[in-house]
Amino acid sequence: MLNFVVRRLLAMLPVLLAVSLLTFLIASLLPGDLALVILGDQATPENVAALRRDMGLDQPLWWRYLSWLGHVLQGDLGRSFRTGQTVLQAVAERIPVSLQLMLMAEFIGLLIGVPVAIACAARAGGAFDRVMTGSAFAMLSMPSFLVAILLIYLFAVELHWLPATGYVPFTEAPLANLRFFVLPALTLALAEWPGIMRVLRSDMIATLQEDYIALAKAKGLKPARILFVHALKPSSLTLVTVTGINIGRLLGGTLIVESIFALPGIGRLLVGAIYTRDLVILQGVVLLVACGFVIVNFIVDMLYAVLDPRIRHGHA
Amino acid sequence: MSAALLTIEDVAVELPTPRGNLRAVDHVDLSLEAGRTLGIVGESGCGKTMLSRAVLQLLPKKARLTGRVMFDGQDLVRLDAERLRRLRGRDLAVVFQDPMTSLNPVLTIGTQLMETIQEHLELDVSAARKRSIELLAAVGIPAPEQRLAQYPHQCSGGMRQRIAIAIALSCEPKLLIADEPTTALDVTIQAQILDLLAREQRRRHMAMIIITHDLGVVAGRADEVAVMYAGRVVERAPTQALFKRMHMPYTEALLAAIPKLDAAPHTPLPAISGRPPDPTRPLKGCSFAPRCRYAASRCHEAKPDLKSAERPDHLYACFHPIQMAEGIGA
Repeated sequence: MLNFVVRRLLAMLPVLLAVSLLTFLIASLLPGDLALVILGDQATPENVAALRRDMGLDQPLWWRYLSWLGHVLQGDLGRSFRTGQTVLQAVAERIPVSLQLMLMAEFIGLLIGVPVAIACAARAGGAFDRVMTGSAFAMLSMPSFLVAILLIYLFAVELHWLPATGYVPFTEAPLANLRFFVLPALTLALAEWPGIMRVLRSDMIATLQEDYIALAKAKGLKPARILFVHALKPSSLTLVTVTGINIGRLLGGTLIVESIFALPGIGRLLVGAIYTRDLVILQGVVLLVACGFVIVNFIVDMLYAVLDPRIRHGHA
Repeated sequence: MSAALLTIEDVAVELPTPRGNLRAVDHVDLSLEAGRTLGIVGESGCGKTMLSRAVLQLLPKKARLTGRVMFDGQDLVRLDAERLRRLRGRDLAVVFQDPMTSLNPVLTIGTQLMETIQEHLELDVSAARKRSIELLAAVGIPAPEQRLAQYPHQCSGGMRQRIAIAIALSCEPKLLIADEPTTALDVTIQAQILDLLAREQRRRHMAMIIITHDLGVVAGRADEVAVMYAGRVVERAPTQALFKRMHMPYTEALLAAIPKLDAAPHTPLPAISGRPPDPTRPLKGCSFAPRCRYAASRCHEAKPDLKSAERPDHLYACFHPIQMAEGIGA
């Protein structure tokens, strides 16, 4: 098991290196001169050249990458030239909001998707299965900004159950905080559960054909035990993968949802950095988000081993 | 003669397929007394596994089953799901063909043993654990206590089949159905597993059905043998009577198809030519007639009934039985 963890950790290194290179290139190859952006249209050519020298922009690309990477490895991702905040400060301030949003969204998505998938697979081809498979398709084809607006209209405007926009930290007012998060999390979850449901449903249907399920029935086990213990665990490997990938996709989803619901998270930070051409923040946030994605997938790999002993023992 | 533990009465199984209804089991009658062994023999696709699944009520959802399966005074076909569940695993147990797929890969051996015991017997965890260790020891697993925490993939095929047998035996069943229990195993392991089954059967006085395609497997172990072909029982007799004198040409062909140890090198095996008939297109006459070297025109016209001639317990379905005593025949 330790061997497995170490192997996976080592495999992450080249991925992270590639991620850093790509992030750097994206920010560097964007058209426009960073010095010019900072100094504005009125700057003299001499001032621009001086700032370029100060910032090392006159150095060759590979040299700039290595020096940036050197700083990153020391924990210095740079500082916004607009707010003066360091990337780490800006991210640390906003990450709790985005994390809470993603976790709540994924949780609600699983809460809807998993039971529906199990119920569908238990009676595959039945009325419930057909209705839910159809609804899943409908939900998949609805863009999240539309879902967000519909939810706001229904729960905030018509029913007055929940606030449409706003945010208070959980530590100040836990209940109010959760109320602010319900609609944005639900918006993301409604796009999440169809994928979760379809993947788990088809895996469950395949598992239920297995010999060991027939044997579990022949052993006289209760139907619930057969479904939840004998069938769910071996069927959930793809589900774990999908959940991991979803979290990456949710990061993208938060861009839109945080903007609509006015949540001060990473998504809003990123959108703001794009509008103001704050390349340092942009570069730093993209790098951190990409690293987060790699780490989530590392955790997914670890979960495989927890779920399937054959992976743990290096048989598969 | 005691009352039968299991009686299969006029059981037929039909499976709907895109090419029409497939008659997997065609009106079979069989019975088995407590403590006795019945061997069901036939080539693949003859309906022997479907018949066992019919007894266990584990047929595919779309299958249509008619007839009665009387087990211990109850008709399993009409038993409600909850009572059937209580019966399975406790009085009625099964060992499947392939131990590589019949054990759950993500649950420990201990879990898979103990869940059966705790489902049916009023035992707490430590008592169930103790019983599991005893069972593993009884089926010849070394260091049984350590095995409980292991997963199926950590055991060899023979080991896994022993574990599957331990699971089947765990609640002292009255009837054990062994569906090709040795087909997926190495030849050297096969005899061990069969001997283990026979030994545990005697010790526990349970009835057993051994399903196999190999007449050699049932030869020394079954009290009675039923030979199946194309969904029907075509010959049925006490084992010794059958091997002394078989009347159905199919049985003879099946026996001839077993490789002989004393055959000269490069002797071709007398395989049964042709294939079993398409089960979605039943034949008018005897199902074996197209492959039978004794077949006459009558065999293609009408289906022979399963009946006895020389001795009442030896039944066969053939118009031209072989190896008959002088003067008797159809």
